[in-house]
Amino acid sequence: MRRKLKDLVARRFMLLATFFSSILVFLIVAGLLQRSSLILLTKPISELILSSTWRPLAGEFGFYPFIIGTFWVTAIAMALAIPICVLATVYLVEYAPSRLRELMKPLVDLLAGIPPVVFGVCGVLAIVPLVKKLALLFGIATTGYSVLAGGIVLAVMVFPIIISVSHEVLRSVPNEVREASLSLGATKWQTVKHVVMRIAFPGVVAAVILGFSRALGETMAVLMVVGNVPKVPLSVFDPGYPLPALIANSYGEMMSIPLYDSALLLAALMLLVVVFVSNVLARMMVSRIGVMMHR
Amino acid sequence: MNRRKLEEAAFKVLMIAATFAVAGSLFAVVGIVLWKGLPALDLAMITQTPKGGYYLGKEGGILNAIVGSLYLAFGATALAFPVSLLVALFLQKDYSGNSWFGNFSRFSLDVLWGVPSIVYGAFGFTVMIFLGMKASLLAGILVLALLELPIMIRAMEEAIRMVSSEIKESSYALGLTRFETMLKVVCRQALPGILTAVLLAFGRGIGDAASILFTTGYTDQLPASLFDPVASLPLAVFFQLGTPFAEVQQRAYASAAILLVVVLATSLASRLLANKFMKYVVR
Repeated sequence: MRRKLKDLVARRFMLLATFFSSILVFLIVAGLLQRSSLILLTKPISELILSSTWRPLAGEFGFYPFIIGTFWVTAIAMALAIPICVLATVYLVEYAPSRLRELMKPLVDLLAGIPPVVFGVCGVLAIVPLVKKLALLFGIATTGYSVLAGGIVLAVMVFPIIISVSHEVLRSVPNEVREASLSLGATKWQTVKHVVMRIAFPGVVAAVILGFSRALGETMAVLMVVGNVPKVPLSVFDPGYPLPALIANSYGEMMSIPLYDSALLLAALMLLVVVFVSNVLARMMVSRIGVMMHR
Repeated sequence: MNRRKLEEAAFKVLMIAATFAVAGSLFAVVGIVLWKGLPALDLAMITQTPKGGYYLGKEGGILNAIVGSLYLAFGATALAFPVSLLVALFLQKDYSGNSWFGNFSRFSLDVLWGVPSIVYGAFGFTVMIFLGMKASLLAGILVLALLELPIMIRAMEEAIRMVSSEIKESSYALGLTRFETMLKVVCRQALPGILTAVLLAFGRGIGDAASILFTTGYTDQLPASLFDPVASLPLAVFFQLGTPFAEVQQRAYASAAILLVVVLATSLASRLLANKFMKYVVR
């Protein structure tokens, strides 16, 4: 009897803990929505998104430069990371000797564990001077603190997530499929390109989406190398000011202006909404690959 | 025929180059930070608090940040651990299974896993103000615990799911209740995975800056209670790198090197411990 009771009580606690952690994300959404409702009610959304004037003290909140800054940094990061990660993953799963595969897994895990500020330090020490030199080759004088530097640092930071997810996806393609293709006379590369990649495609897309949503919200490393000038960047060598950097730099010091506070929480809400949608999309992609494999 | 072979050879070169780029970026990051940070490390650096304000010069080290970070990460991990274990157990098919609530929880925890840490920071600060709390060690621990929660749950759930159903069924057949089976059989079987999960979350917690940027404050002193503001290594890097004083920048490099070493050591320790405890797992 006492054992039964213990079992019941334990289940209650588990349910409670699970319930709490499951609604946490909705609590965050609701909290941010409530706090940003002030600015959403006083300013039309079109003005918030499309205006480029950011003068919080004068009550003007145009997020356009920050949205574009976020877009540039993330786009550069993904453009660099996607080909590198897909090529490396295909190599590791399909071609590499198993010892190399065993060696790379902990290395990728280590890369995933390095704190953002450490990437930031490396960015300041290595990438920023590099970008400065690169810009000189094009005849442009900059400090090096630019969306390109932010994008490069960010690309390295999303390597682990894209590689580990797409690694799992490629590994889940059954070996029979490969053997069937090879026995029909296809070369190894044809098998990889036309058979394995076709089955794995939705899963690789899911990996990329997850990498994208990680890149989007990354704050500290980008903040340290991107320059933080609230203007729309016109080239990759211009400084930018992504949304997470805006929150990090301005929040906590402007509590006396309710509208400013509300605007910054709106920025956080925007990030959260994109992350939410990305997760739903990635989930749909992964379930599609399950459907494809059981066909 | 030849073109096919050529295409494969060309892509193989690209693939190997990409793999080297990934491995190389890790070695580059570690190399750069240690190369800059190790020369800045000496006994005074790790045993003294800053004497003249953390972004002005003067002598002193980063003891405040080291101690602060350890308090924060240990506190947050200790807080997140019991909750995560309960949730990870509940998500097993013995409890929630394929019920809509189980699927809903998995989904919302996945989303939570992806929430950027700056959003945790902003949300945490809002709640803090709402409750009338000040920036303090306690607020930092709470926010970091929330950040670690989805990471720990996901890793634990996977580890626990790997426990074979034969073992569980034998335990049920012997008349143990679900909870007894979970506690005495499943958790012991999954111990290496659970340890890895805890250390993974610890590593993430100690390295994160954006979530504690507004919630812990920053100070030169060691915290005397949970309600004092506290310094931390990631923020020590962030604040001190930006100063024009060379000796303060040295402290930033030293902080970065210590942070990196702690994180790498945690990762290494989790591998070693998992291997060590693997011995006791029935397979």
